[in-house]
Amino acid sequence: MSSFQGFSISEEEKDNHSKEIGGQVDTKEEINDYIAHHLKDAHDFHLFSYTSDSGERKHVGFSLPVIIWSSKGLVSFMSSEFHHDDAGHTIVEKNGLKFTKIHSKIYELDANATAVSFDDEHHATNAHKVLDFSITKSVFGILIAGLLMFLGFFSLAKGYKKGAIPTGIGRVLEPLVIYVRDEIARPNIGEKKYKKFMPYLLTVFFFIWILNLIGLTPLGFNVTGQIAITVCLALFTLVIYMTNGSKDFWAHTLWMPGVPYILRPVLAFLELVGFILIKPFSLLVRLFANITAGHSVVMGIAALMILLKAQFGTAGATGISFFLTLFLMVIEVLVAFLQAFIFTMLSALFIGMAVEEHDHAHDH
Amino acid sequence: MDIFNDFSIGLFAMQAFILIVLIFLLGKFAWKPILNAIEGREEGIKDALEAAENAKKEMQNLQADNDRLLKEARAEREAMLKEAREIKDKMISDSKEQAQLEGDKIIKQAQAAIEGEKKAALADIKNQVGSLSVEIAEKVIKEQLSDKDKQLKLVEGLLGDIKLN
Repeated sequence: MSSFQGFSISEEEKDNHSKEIGGQVDTKEEINDYIAHHLKDAHDFHLFSYTSDSGERKHVGFSLPVIIWSSKGLVSFMSSEFHHDDAGHTIVEKNGLKFTKIHSKIYELDANATAVSFDDEHHATNAHKVLDFSITKSVFGILIAGLLMFLGFFSLAKGYKKGAIPTGIGRVLEPLVIYVRDEIARPNIGEKKYKKFMPYLLTVFFFIWILNLIGLTPLGFNVTGQIAITVCLALFTLVIYMTNGSKDFWAHTLWMPGVPYILRPVLAFLELVGFILIKPFSLLVRLFANITAGHSVVMGIAALMILLKAQFGTAGATGISFFLTLFLMVIEVLVAFLQAFIFTMLSALFIGMAVEEHDHAHDH
Repeated sequence: MDIFNDFSIGLFAMQAFILIVLIFLLGKFAWKPILNAIEGREEGIKDALEAAENAKKEMQNLQADNDRLLKEARAEREAMLKEAREIKDKMISDSKEQAQLEGDKIIKQAQAAIEGEKKAALADIKNQVGSLSVEIAEKVIKEQLSDKDKQLKLVEGLLGDIKLN
């Protein structure tokens, strides 16, 4: 696997497929496609495109490594080999296998196929999806977030060796750490047990928050809007609170005391469904939906610049779209924090429910 | 948008792996030392506040002690001064009394001495008067012996007249 290629400008003929991503975006359909494409993960890092004076469409960005588990084992190559194609036109041959990319998914072509054929619903008929462990844009974003967290918090941790009061970036980070501890972990999990869960809660809080914020930059990340990411986060919370459940928690979940015996299995079923399905589902959907909706709306409003050009002229449409987008971005900055807070808060709440020990001398 | 078609197992796996690594590394090298440091600092602040409170109380106690000591010292000084004054007065009155007694004694002694002297002087005078009388009597007798009987009667008459005191 070679290292990132650095910035490269690749050229593509304008008439090739102006409807494909990277072409000029003018119509409503193109805007919808563009937004949908942005919300998806991507295999290369695309910053922006423009049309040069000679009429050529230029893309600025860099390619990322593609790592896939094919029928012949692990295969890797740089995403630049797809030449920004996302419709299954470009076939990459590696290890005697043929790969192509359709809507941000990598397909392995059947042994004797030379080109992808589609059925009526635009599903590939002679190719199948492969397990894709590529360093996609989202993975790249996760790595950046991880790196930022390492840099920030290692320096904060190191700062305490010099003195009790942090300096530099630590001054900003320390109150946030204390905030997570005092406002999220302590009240929800309880004074006795909160310490054990601090690493998870802190990591998840800053992870989501940083990724939400990176998502608001023009770099075009949409990591916390990937369903796989939120499913993973919710599953972590699920595993943590299920494996740390106290005796009381299981007793109350599976065989609720103080209730007629006939109702107990019903309650146990409802409780289990609540803890195993509903709670994680609410976690993963809330984060996914909020971030996805935020990105869609911001991009939609930004697209007013194009859509209202006919009515208000270039300057008018740009002005309207600029102020609306600015307004939305301010809200999104709040949402970025809020969603990180809510996810961590609810995780702490669920963990708190599971580890709680009832005082039988007083209730029931 | 087809959410389930969008779900990428690869991305899920990468995320799970990276998240575990993040939790582990940050937990070990960042969260633990950071939380320990913050807790230590909070503990330190709490202790320092308590110590300050204690010091304040101690100061107040000391102040009270000082005030009490000062009052006691003042009272003691008063008492000592009073005592000294009393002692002085007593000494003065004592010495006065002593002097009086001594004086009285001296006077008495002087009086006794004077009395003695006086008695001695009187005795002496008596003796001298006696001897003078004897001498006078000798002379008278020598002259009057001629008329011996008459003279003797006269002497006797004279002696009888001279009454001493």
